[in-house]
Amino acid sequence: MSVCTLFVDGREVSAGAGETLLEVLRENGIDVPTLCNLEGLSAVGACRMCLVAVKGQGRLMPACTTRVWDHMEVTTHDERLDRYRRGVLELLFAERNHVCSVCVASGHCELQSLAAQLGMDHVRFDYLHPPLAVDASHPRFAIDHNRCILCTRCVRVCDEIEGAHTWDVAGRGVKAWVVTDLAEPWGESSTCTSCGKCVQVCPTGSLFVKGHAVGEMEKRTAFLPYLARRRKGTP
Amino acid sequence: MPHVPTPPAPSADKRWKLVTTSLRRQGNAPHALIEGMHAVQQAFGHLEPASLRYLAAALGVPLSKAYGVATFYHHFVLEPPGAHTCVVCLGTACHLKGGPAILSAVERAHRVKAGQTTAGGELSLLVARCIGVCSLAPAVVLDGDIQGPCTPAQVLERLAPCFEEPEGSPR
Amino acid sequence: MTTPDELGDLAERAREADAVYCERLRVCTAASCLSSGGAAVEAALAAEIAARGLGERCQVKPVGCLGLCSQGPIVAVETLAGEGRAEHLVPRMQPDEAAAVVERMAAELPPERSIAADIPFFSRQQRIVTANCGRIDPNRIEDALAVGGYEALLHALHEMTPAEVLDEVHRSGLRGRGGAGYPTGLKWRTVAKAAGAQKYVICNADEGDPGAYMDRSVLESDPHRVIEGMAIGAYAVGASEGYVYVRAEYQLAIERLKAAIRQADRLGLLGSAMGGTSFRFHVEVRIGAGAYVCGEETALLASIEGGRGTPRPRPPYPAETGLFGMPTLINNVETWANVPPIVRRGGEWFASIGTERSKGTKVFALAGKVVNNGLVEVPMGTPLREMIFELGGGIPDGAAFKAVQTGGPSGGCIPAEHLDAPVDYETLTQLGSIMGSGGMIVMDEHDCMVDVAKFFMGFCRDESCGKCVPCRVGTVELHHLLEALARGSASERDLALLEELCDLVRHTSLCGLGQSAPNPVLSTLRYFRDEYRAHLAGRCPAGVCAASARSEAAQ
Repeated sequence: MSVCTLFVDGREVSAGAGETLLEVLRENGIDVPTLCNLEGLSAVGACRMCLVAVKGQGRLMPACTTRVWDHMEVTTHDERLDRYRRGVLELLFAERNHVCSVCVASGHCELQSLAAQLGMDHVRFDYLHPPLAVDASHPRFAIDHNRCILCTRCVRVCDEIEGAHTWDVAGRGVKAWVVTDLAEPWGESSTCTSCGKCVQVCPTGSLFVKGHAVGEMEKRTAFLPYLARRRKGTP
Repeated sequence: MPHVPTPPAPSADKRWKLVTTSLRRQGNAPHALIEGMHAVQQAFGHLEPASLRYLAAALGVPLSKAYGVATFYHHFVLEPPGAHTCVVCLGTACHLKGGPAILSAVERAHRVKAGQTTAGGELSLLVARCIGVCSLAPAVVLDGDIQGPCTPAQVLERLAPCFEEPEGSPR
Repeated sequence: MTTPDELGDLAERAREADAVYCERLRVCTAASCLSSGGAAVEAALAAEIAARGLGERCQVKPVGCLGLCSQGPIVAVETLAGEGRAEHLVPRMQPDEAAAVVERMAAELPPERSIAADIPFFSRQQRIVTANCGRIDPNRIEDALAVGGYEALLHALHEMTPAEVLDEVHRSGLRGRGGAGYPTGLKWRTVAKAAGAQKYVICNADEGDPGAYMDRSVLESDPHRVIEGMAIGAYAVGASEGYVYVRAEYQLAIERLKAAIRQADRLGLLGSAMGGTSFRFHVEVRIGAGAYVCGEETALLASIEGGRGTPRPRPPYPAETGLFGMPTLINNVETWANVPPIVRRGGEWFASIGTERSKGTKVFALAGKVVNNGLVEVPMGTPLREMIFELGGGIPDGAAFKAVQTGGPSGGCIPAEHLDAPVDYETLTQLGSIMGSGGMIVMDEHDCMVDVAKFFMGFCRDESCGKCVPCRVGTVELHHLLEALARGSASERDLALLEELCDLVRHTSLCGLGQSAPNPVLSTLRYFRDEYRAHLAGRCPAGVCAASARSEAAQ
């Protein structure tokens, strides 16, 4: 594999051609926030948290879907980028009901910890508080749509790793939501294998294992890169 | 790719023949999903769960994907439409020339919101973001027939027959 | 299979068949005129001609768009013999006028009620893309052949290498007519160079900007031109499959396009062994299902693949990784329609029209508060003032011009002080708008700029696919802020928040829809900040918004 040299925040970094920028940043211990991305799943560039500035490019680029090139000059943090990241987070908090104090994932939530990390401490936009349901029809798991940030990790893990494709996104725009099968109760799904991967990869308290009280739901995603490699058949 | 046996049509209704022909023309490939939905909606007026199940099975597409696609596109409807449809154009020219007044007049007069069907099933009221006949602004489409420029009163008058006779037609 | 010679014969025969007539009545049967009764007018005229036994000398011909759409149904009365050629347009023709029109025509008199064919609306136009619109019967391929249809394709297939076609398109300086203005020649070369077992060409006919209907009109009036352009493009880049993605709302365009493809297939101008060569190209029509975002090219590809029309980040660009992962050339209807004349008359000829960086002509749909609503094709660089006040005939009812909106939900409002600006890609961008696909909506003093910004934001909110956060939520929040302004309940802080959020959505959204969604707000803030400030004070100067009702009630 040919090698290329990048300049990240003024620092020289080497990378294999064909790698994504996010992979290279992670390998070099450079922190960029992410939400929709998860190692082992395809990248979709939807949450916009990993946007970085690349010299010569008119637009900010998502690190997760951008392939590196030689002599690429990247800025991962500056006042503007950090402001945009806080702004996007603010929009996510305004979109649905993310009330940490009554959430099963409080303390173990990626959205919550990112807000703390980036210093997003209040929301200036109108709370949209849409009337959303909780589906607890599955014997072991439940989904609270109020906590969903539409990162589509559940959709991807179910399709790409489990191979069931029970989940998908329905509707569009701000009315989009994740559904199982024909938007039937999860417990009645004819395709769900009850493997629980979707629950483990969910970054918030939207998907959870039943029986957990506030702050008790910890997610486990370490299995994913390993499974992804096994699925590809590479040693 | 493994051969997926084509499932039997949901019913003996002859209209399914049109759908299966359309799917076969695309080799029953997954990418024929939207074409298949057009065919079903043209034949049956809407996409009901049984139709979505059939399309998903026939094309080898996951159920949730079929549902996701059906609900992404505004053209597809999952509920049976009313006996008549009235589309109010709210494109830029129609917006400036009075489209919103037409919409609210119809909403008020027939107690129906945009995107809904009247309780008696007489009329589905829809809005469009430009139907491309801006020179007729403000325009409406009554049962497929483009009309414009219209005043709210004219539209209400033309809709009146829909609510009189069971077989009324908005002409 | 049709060789160039056979095509020449067919064209000659079609021209001979046309030449026998002394008079011709061309009836517009594009969507707008049809909905105001064009078909009945055509039938009445045909019956009248038959009743008078004039069938041998007078032809009644259904044609595509005659341009002046607000005056429909329109009939062009054409005298071909006698004292000399003359043409008169009968506006808003009614079926019961057929007898009078035919009678005066037979007496070699102009119609009683008519618009001269040399008013500025027509005389200031330069028609390349729409050259055949309103002249040929879009349902008959013979008509297209008679005016040189498919000549450029056969010329390219027989006399030019793909590289030579690429050169010609490159030399023309043609830029994408869908809005962004990317150099067409460059795009074609990238696809030609890309490696792939299969390549595709796609015609983007998902024209969705509210107030824009150029593509609908071209497809309804001259579908063969678009097919020919695509076939030439396919030959140049080495593609054998093509799709036309048309929005579902355009039923008539879809019918005519499908008919045109069948006819071209039958004559061997599409399919395998095209024009007697070994080249093959197969075209299919794909019908959209009501999603504006599918005009974005990666969303369009997702839709043709049968999925949700959600865009994906670029790169990789469709030119390299496109439909089903293969190199794909996507151009819009108007861009494709420019290709045959470029191949026929040369890239240099095309490049001699227009401005330094914007070559050729552009078709615009003039609509809104302007006297002459309709389609016009003008050379790039034509000043806005000329378009609105000369071709368009000015503002009706003596009202004052306020702004012209171009580029739809991605564009902006240009005020009176910039009316002398030439219409080209760079100038419109500098003015805070964009060329866009060609919608041009004129607004007068009775239109409120906050209301217009709110209208477009509502559009973007409804059409956001929901994939990326800033567009999905940001457009909703922007709409909320604009609603508060319209209600007269917004504060200074809200106005500042509006600007900050516009900046965020513009720079962080995934695709063009979100990135450009703030444009209508930003451009109206730039030129009409006073109106925003008036709304803060609870007053809508144009009297459109609820803010004004509130302040009146308070008085």
